[in-house]
Parts: sequence; structure tokens; C-alpha cells
Amino acid sequence: MSSQFLQFLISGITVGATYALVGLGFSIVYNSSQVINFAQGEFVMIGGMATVFLMAAGAPMPLAIALAVLLAVVIGFALGKFAIEPARGAPVVSIIIITIGASIFLRGAAMLVWDRNLHHMPAFSGSDPIDIGGAALLPQSVWVVGGMVIIVAALQVFFSHARIGKAMLATAFNPLAAQLVGISTRGMLLLSFALAAGIGAIAGILIAPITLTYAGVGIMLGLKGFSAAIVGGLGNPMGAVAGGLVVGIAEAMTAGYISSAYKDAVAFLIILAVLLIRPSGLFGRRESERV
Amino acid sequence: MLLEIDNLVCNYGRIRALHGVSLSVEEGELVALVGANGAGKTTLLRCISGVQPAGGGAIRFAGDDIIAMAPERRVRLGIAQAPEHRQVFGPLSVTDNLLLGGYTRSRAEVLQDMEKAFAMFPDLKQRRRQAAGTLSGGQQQMLAISRALMARPRLLLLDEPSMGLAPALVAEVFDAITALRDAGVTILLVEQNAFAALSVAKRGYVIETGRIALADTGAALLEDDSVKSAYLGI
Ligand SMILES: Nc1ncnc2c1ncn2[C@@H]1O[C@H](COP(=O)(O)OP(=O)(O)OP(=O)(O)O)[C@@H](O)[C@H]1O
Ligand SMILES: [Mg+2]
Repeated sequence: MSSQFLQFLISGITVGATYALVGLGFSIVYNSSQVINFAQGEFVMIGGMATVFLMAAGAPMPLAIALAVLLAVVIGFALGKFAIEPARGAPVVSIIIITIGASIFLRGAAMLVWDRNLHHMPAFSGSDPIDIGGAALLPQSVWVVGGMVIIVAALQVFFSHARIGKAMLATAFNPLAAQLVGISTRGMLLLSFALAAGIGAIAGILIAPITLTYAGVGIMLGLKGFSAAIVGGLGNPMGAVAGGLVVGIAEAMTAGYISSAYKDAVAFLIILAVLLIRPSGLFGRRESERV
Repeated sequence: MLLEIDNLVCNYGRIRALHGVSLSVEEGELVALVGANGAGKTTLLRCISGVQPAGGGAIRFAGDDIIAMAPERRVRLGIAQAPEHRQVFGPLSVTDNLLLGGYTRSRAEVLQDMEKAFAMFPDLKQRRRQAAGTLSGGQQQMLAISRALMARPRLLLLDEPSMGLAPALVAEVFDAITALRDAGVTILLVEQNAFAALSVAKRGYVIETGRIALADTGAALLEDDSVKSAYLGI
């Protein structure tokens, strides 16, 4: 493997891990509510921006991070409770428009409360690159990928062992039967929004030292996370993780070998290709299995 | 009276599915509700469980007015349903389906009841790790009934438990229902298989296009000429 290829692969996996986490958020919300939450990217922004500003206000990094994630969780919950829940039963398109409205609102609020500038966040553990076969690996990349792996593992345990995690899965598979066994599908919707917001915020915090953060950072990251979820098969969390890595690596290779001008187009080409060839996603369950 | 329904109305958009249905179930009774396709049987059960909003009338359960109550609260009060088409959680294991059936109760109680369910349906025990969606139709029906029982309901609603099953399995399902009846479980049983349902029921109702057309003891309805010609094919 050439060191150049390795370098592109490392940066692809790093950014792909972020997309994976954002995509996970899309899938979790979709599973509990059939809603595609286009405000998902804004939680990525809130995580990074809140951390930066809390640190500027003097909070030590771990505290700033914890508070930023908490803030995102609270906002995610509020979004579910005050914007999505009351509109339940409305056509899917209306609900999608509500989430787009919410994302514009959150972005605007961030510009007002914080600012419109680019912000740098210090890396968690230094920025001296580690040399692997001639390629440079930033310690922060290890944090990003490690963070993603830990979250995925924790979710895996949550969904397969925790009672409330199983209830979320059950709601995804069959909302009617879930109601009939006494699961509050409304509660599951709120929980999924809070959970997805928290995961999105963590993604934003992990990647911020590498990419910088600003009030508008959620737009592109949100769209990339959405691509990850579509590529993986909407509603399939582990598919979203794989989808995120596919999109991230494809992007890095395009930027490296062709031109970074086409980088963002790649995600959308992949979506188109997947939708044309395998509409249920590369790793999607076929619809019939979900009934 | 455990369940008392008075003049219940239910609409799907502009279509009225129930035109003032009145019905009651006493503690310990097995009551059958029979009627043709589209008569409104499932709609009535959906209203009782709260997954379909009522458009008027009253539903009282153990004295409480529950007509506006959220479905999960009704489960906690003691109303459980094995719905039409079984609706098991297909990708989840048999055990997980049963655990979720007891979602409103403590884990210790649920584990105890799971042993009872396995004793009643040994097939389920053997396949407890299997995904529910891979079970046969009959096994899925047993699972749907067991899942509802895990809530330890005061009232069990069964929606066409014999639907789509081979005759031998229909007999097995009805054996299970009679066993539950004899154990004192209060049951409202919806069936298109009117003969089988009225044979095991203490009382029965006949529903036609959203209205109760007849109400009597199970035995009397089996002898009724209009029931015989319309539902028993005699
Ligand atoms: N989701 C729905 N939207 C509109 N109309 C509905 C809906 N569900 C049922 N209906 C109508 O309400 C009426 C009652 O239907 P319901 O399913 O309660 O009948 P049923 O007695 O359970 O029939 P079956 O024996 O076929 O299960 C029917 O006319 C049906 O077409
Ligand atoms: Mg029906």
C-alpha cells in the first residue's frame, strides 16, 4: 500500500466515523418515528460550538464537553416534544419540513447566541502525528474512530440487553404491537430524539479539533450523515455506520486522487447510485422482512 | 361489570365503522363477538385498547372511564390484546417477545410468568431463542396470546386467533382458550369462526355493519335461526 493511499484512507475513515455517528442519529429517529430529522446536523454543530464557548468561558474541557452533550440532548428532547410530537399523524412531508425549519432556527439561534466565526478546538491529546507506514495519523483521529466504536458498542448492548432499548426496537418493528404491550410510543419518540441529539453532539465534538467548527457546520455534516443512513439502508443503525465509512473513504479518495472540488459531490453520487441499484440500501433489510 | 361499553361510535375519517355499540363483559366471563368481514370487530377491540380514538360513547373498565386514556395506561390497568394477524415482533426472539409482553410489570414477575407460558406452550420453549418471525402461523398465534398474558391482564382481548390456521391448529388454539377460560381469565373473543367461538363462550354478541344485531348466551345464539343461516352455514 502506498503511503499516499494510506494517508487518504486514514482521513477517509476519520471523517467517515463522524458521518457514521450522524447517520446513526438519522436511523435511530427514523426507527422510532418514521421521521427523517433534517435538524440532525445541527446537533453536531451545537456539540462543537457549545464546547468551544464553554471552554472560552473557563470551563475545563471534560466539563465543557459533558455540558455541551447535555445541552444537545435537552434541545433534541425539546425538538421532539414541541415540534414533532404535536404534528404526529401529519403527512411525512410536513414533518420533514418541520425538521428543516427547526434546523434553520437552531442555526440562526447559534449565530445569535454565539457568533458566525470559525472556531478552533484544541485536540484532546496533543497534535503530534503518529507515523504509520509513511502516513501521518493524528491522535485526534484515534479519538474520533475510538469514540465511534465505543458508541456503536454501547448502542449494541443497549438495544440487545436493556429493557428500554428492546422497547425502542419493538416500536421500530411494530408500533401497534408495541402500544398493545404497554410501550409508550410517544416516550420512545422523545427518547430517540434525545439519544440521536447526544450522539450527534459527540460526533461534532470529536471532529471539531480536525475540521474547525462554526454555526453552519451542521448543514454539510447533516447531509453526509443522511447519505450514510441512506447508503446503509434507512433505519438500519449498523448499516448507517458502514455507510458513513463508505462515504467518508470515497470522499477522501476523490479529494486525493481527483480533486477536492468534487469531494462533496461524491456523497450524492453514491446516494443516487445506491437508490438506483439497491433502494433499500447496501446493508438494508428488505421491506418485507420488517412487516 | 369489568368492561362496559355504551353507545360507542368510531370513525375512520368520514367513514363510520361503529354506530353506537353497547356491550359488556363480566369478571371471569368468556364473551364472543362474531360477525362478517368488515363488520367492525377489530375496530371495537382497537377502541378498547385505545389504539383507535373513539368518536363518542363511553368505555368503562372496572368502573373507570378510560375512553381518553393512552393505550399504555390501559395495559397497566389490565387490558391486554392479542391483535389480528398476530403482530409478533418478528426479528426479536420468542423470549424477547414475551419479556416485552410484560413490559408494564417487574422483571421477577415476568420471568415467573414466562415459565408458565412455556409450560402451556412447550413449542415456544423449544424455540425460545428463535426469531418470532420464523415460527409457524400456529406458533405465532400461541406467542401472541402468551405475550398478551405476560401483562397478567384482567381482560384479555383476542382478535381472530384462529385466522389462517389449519383445522388441527384451530382446535389447538381453542383448547388453549378454553383452558384459559377454565382458569378464570376474563376474555373477549372476536371470531369469524362463529361456531367455535359461540361453543366455548358463555355469552355472545353478533355485530353487523357497526351495530350489535343480537346478544344472548352462546348456546342460544348457536340455536338462533338467523345466526345459523348467516354465520354457521346451516
Ligand atoms: N384504517 C382504516 N381506514 C378506513 N376504513 C377502515 C380502516 N380499518 C377498517 N376500516 C373499515 O371499518 C369497517 C370495520 O372494519 P374492521 O376491520 O373493524 O372489521 P372486522 O369486523 O374486524 O373485519 P374482519 O373480519 O375482516 O377482520 C370496515 O368497513 C372497514 O372497511
Ligand atoms: Mg378484524
